Amino acid sequence: MTHLSSSVATRTTARRPSRWRAVLRELYARPASALGTTIVLLFILLALFGPLIAPYSATQQIPSEARQPPSPQHWFGTDRLGRDVFSRVVLGARDILALAGLGTLLAVLIGTTTGLFAAYRGGWLEEGTFRVFDSLLALPALLLALLLLGTLGASRNGVLLVIVVVYTPIVARVVRSVVLGAKSKGFVEAAQIQGESTGHILGREILPLVLPALTVEAALRFSYAIFLVASLGFLGVGVQPPSPDWGLMVSEARSYAALTPWALYFPAAAIALLVVGVNLAADGLKRAMQGAA
Amino acid sequence: MAPVLQIDDLTVSYRRGNDWLDAVCNASLRIESGETVGLVGESGSGKTTLALAALRYLPENGAVRGGSIHLAGRDLLACTPAEMQQVWRGQVRLVPQNPLVSLNPAMRIGPQLAEALPSTPSLRARRSNPDAAVLDALAAVQIADPPAVARSYPHQLSGGMQQRVMIAMALLGEPSLLVLDEPTTNLDVTTEAVILDLVRDLIRQRGTAVLYVSHNLGVVAGLCDRVAVLYAGELVEDAPAADLYRRPLHPYTVGLLDSVPRLGLNRRQAALQPIPGSVPKPDERPAGCVFAPRCSAAIDLCQQRPKASQAAAGHTVRCHRWAEISAGDVMLVAREQTFEVAENLEDREASGDTVLAVLELTKRFDRPRGLADLLAGRPASQVRAVNGVSVQIGRGRTLGLVGESGSGKTTLARCVVGLAERSGGEVTLLDLPLAPALNQRGPATLRRLQMVFQNPDEALNPYRTVGQTLTRSLSRLAGLGKAEAQQRAGQLLALVKLDPSYLDRLPGQLSGGEKQRVAIARAFASQPDLLLFDESVSALDVSVQAAILNLLSELQDEGQTAYLFISHDLSVVSYLADEVAVMYLGQVVDAGPAARIFQPPHHPYTAALLSAIPVLDPTAQRERIHLAGDTPSAAAMPSGCRFHTRCPRYLGDLCAQQEPPWRDAGDGRWIRCHLTVEELM
Repeated sequence: MTHLSSSVATRTTARRPSRWRAVLRELYARPASALGTTIVLLFILLALFGPLIAPYSATQQIPSEARQPPSPQHWFGTDRLGRDVFSRVVLGARDILALAGLGTLLAVLIGTTTGLFAAYRGGWLEEGTFRVFDSLLALPALLLALLLLGTLGASRNGVLLVIVVVYTPIVARVVRSVVLGAKSKGFVEAAQIQGESTGHILGREILPLVLPALTVEAALRFSYAIFLVASLGFLGVGVQPPSPDWGLMVSEARSYAALTPWALYFPAAAIALLVVGVNLAADGLKRAMQGAA
Repeated sequence: MAPVLQIDDLTVSYRRGNDWLDAVCNASLRIESGETVGLVGESGSGKTTLALAALRYLPENGAVRGGSIHLAGRDLLACTPAEMQQVWRGQVRLVPQNPLVSLNPAMRIGPQLAEALPSTPSLRARRSNPDAAVLDALAAVQIADPPAVARSYPHQLSGGMQQRVMIAMALLGEPSLLVLDEPTTNLDVTTEAVILDLVRDLIRQRGTAVLYVSHNLGVVAGLCDRVAVLYAGELVEDAPAADLYRRPLHPYTVGLLDSVPRLGLNRRQAALQPIPGSVPKPDERPAGCVFAPRCSAAIDLCQQRPKASQAAAGHTVRCHRWAEISAGDVMLVAREQTFEVAENLEDREASGDTVLAVLELTKRFDRPRGLADLLAGRPASQVRAVNGVSVQIGRGRTLGLVGESGSGKTTLARCVVGLAERSGGEVTLLDLPLAPALNQRGPATLRRLQMVFQNPDEALNPYRTVGQTLTRSLSRLAGLGKAEAQQRAGQLLALVKLDPSYLDRLPGQLSGGEKQRVAIARAFASQPDLLLFDESVSALDVSVQAAILNLLSELQDEGQTAYLFISHDLSVVSYLADEVAVMYLGQVVDAGPAARIFQPPHHPYTAALLSAIPVLDPTAQRERIHLAGDTPSAAAMPSGCRFHTRCPRYLGDLCAQQEPPWRDAGDGRWIRCHLTVEELM
């Protein structure tokens, strides 16, 4: 009996990583999702080791070398203030990834918790929560963002708050649909008549069912959040100068597009590449999750 | 004349990845004109695949990989797509299992039926006036008001009506071959009986050849001239119906017939004879005789694939030992009816203290108030799902609760177990009052009361191993420590006759019967005093169902657990139960000891239920009692006796206005009817 129970333990601990490994293998089985995953991983490396890679600092201005086209010294050229565009793009990766990532993470956490509880409890709690969420969803994300940042003032935390407010309802909706389906299933009712606490039922019985959909949703939200951060930077209500924010860089370089087009193109390309990469990876993740389920 | 359908040596496969999985192997079948052939098999036997292949109607990933199909002498496999279209339009028609999926929800019935008219020139005259043809077709399937139905959308019709429309649609083509794929499986027994009689009459009138696919041997018995039994993709036996039921030659057929509880047979009289194991998956099919691993008569020779042999005129069987079985030289274990007559029923009753007493239980559901209701100040309307039901169960005894969909039997069980809160009435468990809500019940109460649910696929959390599920229940309900719980989990599995190696498995790796065994093991974790079963064996194949029924019977004898057993299947209920209560629209209308339920007098509803049960005897002559219309919805509850709208013995105003009294029919049998016991005899 003892060897049996120990084998239970080893099997269960061994299963989890193997499931994720299977997902990763699936991701690399398709060219599109392999490309997307690689792009995302590259950008994450940039974010982690940016200061080691970037030859100049983000704010260092060299007036004598202003408005230079791409060259061996300045791979992406310099902007009108003489800042190295390559360094700014590299150093900007950390900002945008951290902001979008943290925002998405918070939105997923809050959305999952409220979605699980409200949908499981039902009644007025569910009605109330999801009516509020619905009304938030009814407003265009950008309008909501401008409204919030207009009253709170433009700041990094403001942008974070915007991401959370905009994406929490969407995550909660996804969670809710799974919970509603699971609520009447035999194993959930069996847990109820065993007297399990709500926390146990939500965390141990229902959450595992939500995870596949949630992972895909989180990846998708992440790609939208990147775009949202960039958009807010571009509109000037997000991260403030002189931070190397890609959206901000595009906005600043826009007026001088004829003089220093490279200062416009490279940050714009970085935004596009990252968003497309995350999207491809999310799409692959969805397929991989369906395959593993 | 060529037979209507001739299938020779047909092999049908599905593509999975780069492999082909054979769903049907070397099947040969012929249907003469005017003949009705039943195709019977458990889930996964390939019966639907064979039927669809016969029409060249396979899904994208399926293909015929060998053999031939001839429809009235014409080689179907050689037909071009355009020619097939002609065949589908005129010669063959299919009635699928689920009418709601097959009918276009956005189209009224009339135009939808008109589309099904064949475009052969001889019928052009009729096409000029399609409405008349459509109305005729609806009238032919005994629809009372064809114009009204023709104007309806599919969702406005009941399941029985939808299936009639599907049959009408199929017959509009005046096909020479009609394929019915489990057309009554989703219907209530009384509705099923009506549809079956309708199909039988229509075939007789028109002389259409029919292939009737079903998992239910009883349904096929009353309908078909010939029955073919399919197992794991192979036709194991094919014989005239009378022959097959009287003198089955293949061990699988024998086993299948013996697994079905005969009406009136009780567990105290005889154990059922299940077939061990379960149907192999297509990729695990044995190389020799497909049935050998489950066969009690298997010998070394059975490692080789048997040929189909001609046992008698029109009776083929695919078994090495059919001659010995026929001569009675081989005793199939399933055949020896070991009547282990248990102690007298009277003895058992002596020990009976009451475990569960339900008194006048009522459950109302509030229907949400619409805006119009709010503005008009109307109160929320209520639906009474259960209305004043009183039942009792003694220690170690089983109460069987029978009723069709909408009878409130499940709601009653959920109120008892606490998943739904009752609106009124009293429930006591071992003489202690039971609180309505689950969170008002202490752990000691929860331990005493457990439930096994209907759907085996949803019974267990797909992400947790059997061991994890069981140990959790053991530590929650029995209060065991971790090490102890893990040890007991193995014992629980042994209790439900599963190997301890199953502890490591995830539910996805188990068959339906195994999942339900684990669910039963979980329910027994706390050694409860009362166990509720809500249609817990309904989703299982008969051979597996028999094993579970036997298991429940054994477990009850060991632990003296009381059962509340809910099912729509009267023969299953009467097999397991000591007492039976029949429910209709939230009320018990007929109750008594299981043995007495089959003897008159009957409540008119019970009489109709009994007459509707398909029996395993093609020669049985029975008078079917047809119930008019469909079960009214609980929202529009009939006044007086709730059954009066459909009752064949309706007396008039008395029934329509006054609630009927309980009548004592003796020996513990009670009937709720305005008719006296003598009149009900």
